[in-house]
Parts: sequence; structure tokens; C-alpha cells
Amino acid sequence: MSTTAIPTNTKWWNGGRSPFNISYGKVMMWYFLMSDAFTFGAFLISYGTIRFSVNHWADPNHVFNAFPGFGHHNLPLAFVSLMTFILIASSVTMVLAVHEGHKMNKKGVENYMILTIIGGLAFLSCQAWEWTHLITGDHAVLVNGHLEHWGTTVSKNPWGPEVMFNGQEVATPGPIAFGGYFFGITGFHGFHVFSGVIINVVMLIKTKLGHFDQRGHYEMIEKAGLYWHFVDLVWVFVFLCFYLV
Amino acid sequence: MSSQVTSPEITHAPEHASGTGRIWKTFWVLSFLTGIELGLGYLLYYTHGNWGYTAVISTKLTIAVLTLLKAYYIVSVFMHLGDEIRNMIMTIIVPLCLFIWFITAFLWDGNSWKNLRNTNGGSHPAQTEQHTVPAVEKDAKP
Repeated sequence: MSTTAIPTNTKWWNGGRSPFNISYGKVMMWYFLMSDAFTFGAFLISYGTIRFSVNHWADPNHVFNAFPGFGHHNLPLAFVSLMTFILIASSVTMVLAVHEGHKMNKKGVENYMILTIIGGLAFLSCQAWEWTHLITGDHAVLVNGHLEHWGTTVSKNPWGPEVMFNGQEVATPGPIAFGGYFFGITGFHGFHVFSGVIINVVMLIKTKLGHFDQRGHYEMIEKAGLYWHFVDLVWVFVFLCFYLV
Repeated sequence: MSSQVTSPEITHAPEHASGTGRIWKTFWVLSFLTGIELGLGYLLYYTHGNWGYTAVISTKLTIAVLTLLKAYYIVSVFMHLGDEIRNMIMTIIVPLCLFIWFITAFLWDGNSWKNLRNTNGGSHPAQTEQHTVPAVEKDAKP
């Protein structure tokens, strides 16, 4: 998008105009997102510090290798790719809703908001399945000389180094931090997706009631859009830190 | 295209694009970058144990750079930060530079922690090296 030509000698800081050339609400949404970026950043960096400090960490290709309906087939990266794609697609429908808002096209905004909400719900469903699979799955772990069957939880990590036991390779307990970081960070992100869906539903209702037509602009859709894109942005980094590397 | 003035302090209303070409182009760019990331992820998976430390780290760094590129496209196009004036872009980007120190210092610290643990506080040579147990298909347990 091109902006109208701005005079080169515009005095942005002389008062009477926004030095950032956007409304107060949008500036504050950006600053909120920046602080949220530091919160997520601190979580992910803390995870990285602990992961760097131990000799063994769970191999993500080993932990996240299931896909609904495929039983015990080994499909590393497949399900999380689907989740990533769902979020990218819902980001596109969101930016299309903003685009329709610029054109004051109420019907278009409604349709794209509905698609965005469906994308958010689809992502949350995927995450619910993934968590259930990890928590309820059971894996043989050698604990104090005998085999136990563990799921992945905040207090149990069955993905430690493998040892030979009675002629077969068996995992030992891994660093306990794995479950806490995984469920903590993906849970915090999932909570953002959930609140994003709620915000989008509110925006859809307000659009349907004609509030933005009365107001003369669809800037609220842009603010909700900023939040939604931020959720996608965070997922890009969660995808990198937990699943890819 | 009529420009909507949402606030009297906004003196230059941006002229919004009439088409959606740029949005879809960005969608394909993001999908393509994700595809490359997945390709490198699978490359790491299928060559695990055969590649040396440097090759694995370089591949992971490449994936991280591609992720930053994706972040750039999301923020610049989807969040329209690229369309704002320079003042606005700088008030967001400059504080985020803190992450450069944040990531470097803490990962360095984690690595130092591991070295101290493996060498008993530096009193004897390292005995264990960091390694990841390769995922092997046969041990997908029921």
C-alpha cells in the first residue's frame, strides 16, 4: 500500500498531530504487543537456557510424531505443519477482513471474520488433540531398574537417553523441565489464540450490529487484526523452538 | 479510494490498496518459507547421527533465519507496519533490539552452565558431550 505523499519537511513533533500518524488506540495496541513479545521472548529464552544447560534433550521428531487417525505411524512434523498452515491461513482471512473494512464493505468483513474464527477454533482443536495425545500416551521408561509406563506431563518426561534393558532399547527419564516448558509456553500461546477468538467474535457481533458503519470506520477490526497477527507471529517462533530445532 | 479519518491528529491518511494481490503474494511467500523450513527439518531428521556438530548447527541457524524472514513478512505486510511512517516503525523496532542481548547472554549462560557441570566446575576435562538421541522408527511403542 502506498501512502499519500508526505511533505519532506513535516514537523512531526511540533504538536497538533500524532507523531506516529496513527490513532492512540493503535499505538497502544502496538505497545501492548511489544510487551507481550517480551513476555513470550522471556519464556522461550528461559527454555533455551535450560535446554543448552543439559546434556540431553528430547528429540522433537521423536516426541511429536503422531497424526490423528494414523495410529502409531511415525509422522514427524506432519501435524504441527497442519497447525502452522491453519494459523497462516487464518491470518490471511484476517488481513482480508481488514481490507474489506477499508472499503467499508460490511458483508465482506463479516464473511472473513467468520472464516478467521473458524481457523482459530480449528487451531485450538488441534492443540487439544495434541495435548491429550501427549498426556495420555504411555511410553516405557526405565525407572530404578524396572519398567514403568509414562505419559508426557509437567512432572514426567519419558524422553530421556536410551539404555539397553533385557536386550532392548528403553528410554530413561529425561529432564523434568521439558513438560513444564512445552505445556507452559504452548498453553500460554493457546490462551492467546482463545482470547483472540473471543475478541474476533465480539468484533463480528459489533460488525453485524452496524456499530462500525455508524462510527464511519472499521479501525476496531484493524486492532483485533493486529492482535491476531501477533498470535500467528508468536506461533512462528514456538514452531521454531519446540518442533523444528 | 476514500480515506477514512479516524482521529483529528492523523494528518496523512494512508491510501489503501484496492486489490488483494499483495496479501496473497505474502501468503505464498510464507507458505514457501515454511516449506523450506520443513524440508530442512526433515533433512536433519533423516541424516541425524551422520552429520557433524557444525552441519547440524548451521542447518538450525538457517531455519532460524528463515523464521525471522517470516516474522518480517507478517509484521510488515499483514500488520501493515511497513506502511506506517518511520517514527512509528522505529518506536517498535528499536526496543525489540534488546532481544539481541537477551538471546545471546542467556544461551551463552546456559552453555556455560553445562560446561561447568560436565567438568565439575572446571576441575577436570569434559566427559560428556551434548547429543540428542536420534529418533528411530522401530521404538514407536504402542
